[in-house]
Amino acid sequence: MEHLTAWERLNIVHNPKRPNAYDYIEGIFENYCELKGDRLFGEDAAITGGIATFENLPVTVIATVKGKNLEQNKKYNFSMAHPEGYRKALRLSKQAEKFKRPVICFVDTTGAFCGVDAEKRGQGQAIATNLLEWARLKTPIITIITGEGGSGGALGLAVCDELAMLENAVYSVISPRGAASILWRDPKKEEEAANTMKITAEDLKGFEVADAIIKEPIGGAHNDPNMVYENISEYLLKALKTNLQKSVAMLLQDRYNKFRKIGIFDE
Amino acid sequence: MKDLFKVVKDRVKPNQKSKKKEKADIPSGLFFKCPRCQTSIFNEEFEQSMRVCTKCSYHSRLTAKQRLEMIVDEGSFVEYDSSLKSKNPIDFPGYEEKVKDLVKLTGLNDAIITGECLIKGEKVVIGIMDSYFMMASMGSVVGEKITRAFERATEKKFSVILFTASGGARMQEGIISLMQMAKTSAAIAKHSEEGLFYCAVLTDPTTGGVTASFASLADITLAEPKILVGFAGRRVIENTIHQRLPDEFQSAEFLQEHGFVDKIVERKDLRRVLYRLVKFHKKEEQKSWNI
Ligand SMILES: [Zn+2]
Repeated sequence: MEHLTAWERLNIVHNPKRPNAYDYIEGIFENYCELKGDRLFGEDAAITGGIATFENLPVTVIATVKGKNLEQNKKYNFSMAHPEGYRKALRLSKQAEKFKRPVICFVDTTGAFCGVDAEKRGQGQAIATNLLEWARLKTPIITIITGEGGSGGALGLAVCDELAMLENAVYSVISPRGAASILWRDPKKEEEAANTMKITAEDLKGFEVADAIIKEPIGGAHNDPNMVYENISEYLLKALKTNLQKSVAMLLQDRYNKFRKIGIFDE
Repeated sequence: MKDLFKVVKDRVKPNQKSKKKEKADIPSGLFFKCPRCQTSIFNEEFEQSMRVCTKCSYHSRLTAKQRLEMIVDEGSFVEYDSSLKSKNPIDFPGYEEKVKDLVKLTGLNDAIITGECLIKGEKVVIGIMDSYFMMASMGSVVGEKITRAFERATEKKFSVILFTASGGARMQEGIISLMQMAKTSAAIAKHSEEGLFYCAVLTDPTTGGVTASFASLADITLAEPKILVGFAGRRVIENTIHQRLPDEFQSAEFLQEHGFVDKIVERKDLRRVLYRLVKFHKKEEQKSWNI
């Protein structure tokens, strides 16, 4: 693994050439059929979801989408989902449960969208409901953080049986900029914050929040996307086999334990 | 309900002369005149494009039989319950005569055909509503045939594909027609509980009580482009809120933007997309993974 600081890794994941959700879907799955809408209020392009096949197995794929240019980013709202995005994810996950399809999530988001309409429609409530429902969803859930794991917006798709992170991905409670301005009242201390907050894949593996780290080529995924697709496929094959073997009761007990054990304290 | 039907008629303006024929959109002669863009297209060309306007891609309304021919494997359709006929539960004046005339005109006993068929070799239960039969309004026959189709699919563990088109509940059957909404929904719930797949394909127009029941309860909802889908009629709403509504109101695209349609599919792609969706939900594919 390359020795880079969190800040250097952040710069890699912010590279506009880095593969996005649609690249991963095309590189890893076949027959992707995108399904839209939350059946309540709207369609949110910041999260794509649908059915695809992986090694002939039908799976449900859910992913936050980053654009590669301004026009795309407007469409995908810079990967920041509204409540309807999380509710679409919930709807598709329930559908996956009904048809015994595993759910595979790709997360690369700055965070859930912060805005008046998002609040009115219950951004917090939408994410919270996903945490609750996915804790007991009776089908395997594998989540891969491919870039930025932006706080609650990422966790809304990351209550899972196994969490993997790409080598350069980060996962944090708050963006480094946000941390700098709250902790030191100085957003310019972004780099310092990034390097202090323990947000890299290695850090999270150490905390047992992440279960696996998926290797990237030197310099980042954009330098050899096919290698990354292969590495992810290899990981998925293993993770799916492990989790599909479990009975539903065992799957849910293991998922409960995965989160139950996290916490560092004295008593 | 009167308002709703008027809107539907305004949108499509079916050719009066054609009413006598089974191919209801085609006037006698060599041309199909598109009700949306007014272009005249040779019948042959129109048939080749699956009755979609080659200029503006208006997806014309199909009879159930035309739809069947476009979707299912040739010779594979086995019809269910073709002998079911409506009665006159509330003694609505003129209802029996109206039905009798339509039976003669359309060759159907009511506004839907149901049965089993193959789509690219995959067995499914299919239902196709026919808007040329009393605007495919839902009375006892439509409700019963859909319910039985789901019951059989549940028993035989088949997926269901329903092509919806309807002006809504059939007013002439009063409260009995309203109850068909509850009856069909309950049958869908049982089918769903068995882990079976239901796909709705919304076609022009899908409105009223059908939108408020089985058309909105599918696992996956497809729609043909630019069709009308809604609960209340546009005029009814305009009169209630005293505002003119935008043209795209209640279109398939409007529905999708608001989160109610998974995928808008052009007619030429429907057979392929349906086959793919049915394949996704076949248990065999999961068996090699020990699921
Ligand atoms: Zn036209």
